[in-house]
Amino acid sequence: MRILTGNDLKSGAVIWWTGRDWSLHVEDAADVGEHGEAVLAAEDGARRVNGGYIVDAEQTAEGPRPAHIKDRIRALGPTVRPDLTLKPADPTAGDWVI
Amino acid sequence: MYQYDQYDQAMVDARVEEFRDQVRRRLAGDINDDQFKPLRLKNGLYLQLHAYMLRVAIPYGTFNSRQMRKLAHIARTYDRGYGHFTTRQNIQYNWIKLEEAPDILAELASVEMHAIQTSGESIRNISADQYAGAAADEICDPRPWAELIRQATTFHPEFSYLPRKFKIAVISAAEDRAALRWHDCALRIVRNEAGEEGFEVYAGGGMGRTPFIAYKIRDFLPAAQIFSYLQAILRVWNLHARRDNIHKQRMKILVHELGEEEFRRQVEEEFQTFLALGTDFPQAEYDRIAAYFTPPPFEAGLSDDIDRSDPDFALWVDRQVVAHKAPGYAIANISLKPVGGIPGDISAEQMELVADLAERYSFDEIRATHAQNLVLPHVRKADLYALWQALDAAGLANVNLDLVTDIIACPGLDYCTLANARSIPVAQKIAERFANMERQLDIGELKIKISGCINACGHHHAGQIGILGVDRKGTENYQLLLGGSGAEDTSQAKITGPGFDEAGIVDAVERTVERYRELREPGERFLDTYRRVGLDPFKEAIYG
Ligand code: HEM
Ligand code: SF4
Repeated sequence: MRILTGNDLKSGAVIWWTGRDWSLHVEDAADVGEHGEAVLAAEDGARRVNGGYIVDAEQTAEGPRPAHIKDRIRALGPTVRPDLTLKPADPTAGDWVI
Repeated sequence: MYQYDQYDQAMVDARVEEFRDQVRRRLAGDINDDQFKPLRLKNGLYLQLHAYMLRVAIPYGTFNSRQMRKLAHIARTYDRGYGHFTTRQNIQYNWIKLEEAPDILAELASVEMHAIQTSGESIRNISADQYAGAAADEICDPRPWAELIRQATTFHPEFSYLPRKFKIAVISAAEDRAALRWHDCALRIVRNEAGEEGFEVYAGGGMGRTPFIAYKIRDFLPAAQIFSYLQAILRVWNLHARRDNIHKQRMKILVHELGEEEFRRQVEEEFQTFLALGTDFPQAEYDRIAAYFTPPPFEAGLSDDIDRSDPDFALWVDRQVVAHKAPGYAIANISLKPVGGIPGDISAEQMELVADLAERYSFDEIRATHAQNLVLPHVRKADLYALWQALDAAGLANVNLDLVTDIIACPGLDYCTLANARSIPVAQKIAERFANMERQLDIGELKIKISGCINACGHHHAGQIGILGVDRKGTENYQLLLGGSGAEDTSQAKITGPGFDEAGIVDAVERTVERYRELREPGERFLDTYRRVGLDPFKEAIYG
């Protein structure tokens, strides 16, 4: 599957395209199939995303998992500071990216 | 230290307001990201892996407690409670919001700080010996020269649109604590036979994908002619630089392609032109700036004795404290490398403590080092014990200066968009493996430096042991390099062979260290042994 990511223009936060809106959580990401470029162009124009790009991902029971480790780290937060990630209560969350 | 005059303050303030308007226009959609990016980069604002990142300059690594408290305030108010010291005497914040960036710059301006020229194709923050003005082995304080060059080149039209970034370092001691020859242009203050001060000038160094050690292009340049000479160097580069290929635009490539001789010839020719134009500073300008760097009022008649009855304190003194030029004083190094920690990271609370201690014990001066540590440059020997106790209580009394756990590591794939692999976890695992103090002291000086990609922000080319993160079919992989140095015996590390995974690289480092312990002769550092025996015995130990 293909999903979209980028950074929120104002806050810089990593965001994922849900099909209607942007979410902080990769679990919410929608498969955009062949429409990635078009969505990005529209969303960039609407100033809702900065530096948007298309990511290859695989669908898993927990939701989409980006193919590349870099995007998995973006989805979680720094693996060396669990307290700064989206899963601060889970010190093993970093294992998800490996 | 240098204090802004009315012009400096007005310029920095104006720049903040200009950026505020640029951010407003970006948020309103009047300009797009392609238009905005060069503007934000001119103000040190990057878009990184998780958020915007702001890089703040600490000119020649010198700052005071008021500035440090402001950095702590920014960490707490606008970021997530910490900051990260880099290898070029800057501090970075990793979680900045675009909407708040102008306010942060305004806060910085209120304490005479900014993020100008911490990015983009400019003359970057000028680096210097972190012990400047304090070191027992220096000829003079190199910072007035660094400040003079900073003032002369900031906003200078010819240096505002350079082909690529340009890094300058200035030192004035025989011991090189600034990785001098890894800079585009490096100046070492020396005295000629007549006792006059001048510069040894080096050019064409740099790390990154094509590393070069700078050549010495002048044995002695009269100090007063420095601006002419610098303009000549930049003019030659500006004239010939490849602007068609981003990987070939650094000055080191030009120096290499023209050859050392031809580069020198052209610089000398341009130099004559500039000399004739008379653009060098009048002595009065040097004197004006140098006045900001007069030594603090050291007390006379202090004792040089240190009560070493507490063994933990004695250990810290032996490793972290170095000789000062004034009797009764010492230079105290503060390690930002606790075992298991993130090299260079410091919390807002720790920043405030360091600010308090600088005020109380170091004439209000703090220094940032290229090894991602901090320094209190002027501590009375009699105060060292109290200082150590306060540092210890805050987790800042680690003993490891230049030891195997004093690792330089770039942010790597945990924070950086350009990275191929994570650097920080590798640094943490190596530090954990070698945590035992006796073992570290037995191994002695061993500088490990780790980068998450070929850009070499973690100085791996200069590592006695260097580690480079690469991408191997989508997984993190690490190459091991040996034999580099960023000190006065500068050398470039060599790749040993195929890379390793994260666990494998830690083992490979350990095998390297163990082979050193077998091979070393009395008094030899790791680097000395490596230079004597060469790569092969180590290769054999690493790959079997
Ligand atoms: C996270 C944001 C960063 C980005 C995007 C970045 C980018 C780069 C790039 C592209 C280069 C290669 C330049 C060239 O060869 O032309 C470079 C070099 C370098 N960077 Fe960074 N860097 C970052 C952070 C850091 C940090 C945190 C440090 C220190 C810990 C650092 C210190 C250096 C140094 C010392 C070099 C070598 C420069 C040379 O070749 O002279 N950078 N960086
Ligand atoms: S060396 Fe590479 S990974 Fe490390 S900070 Fe520099 S650009 Fe990023």
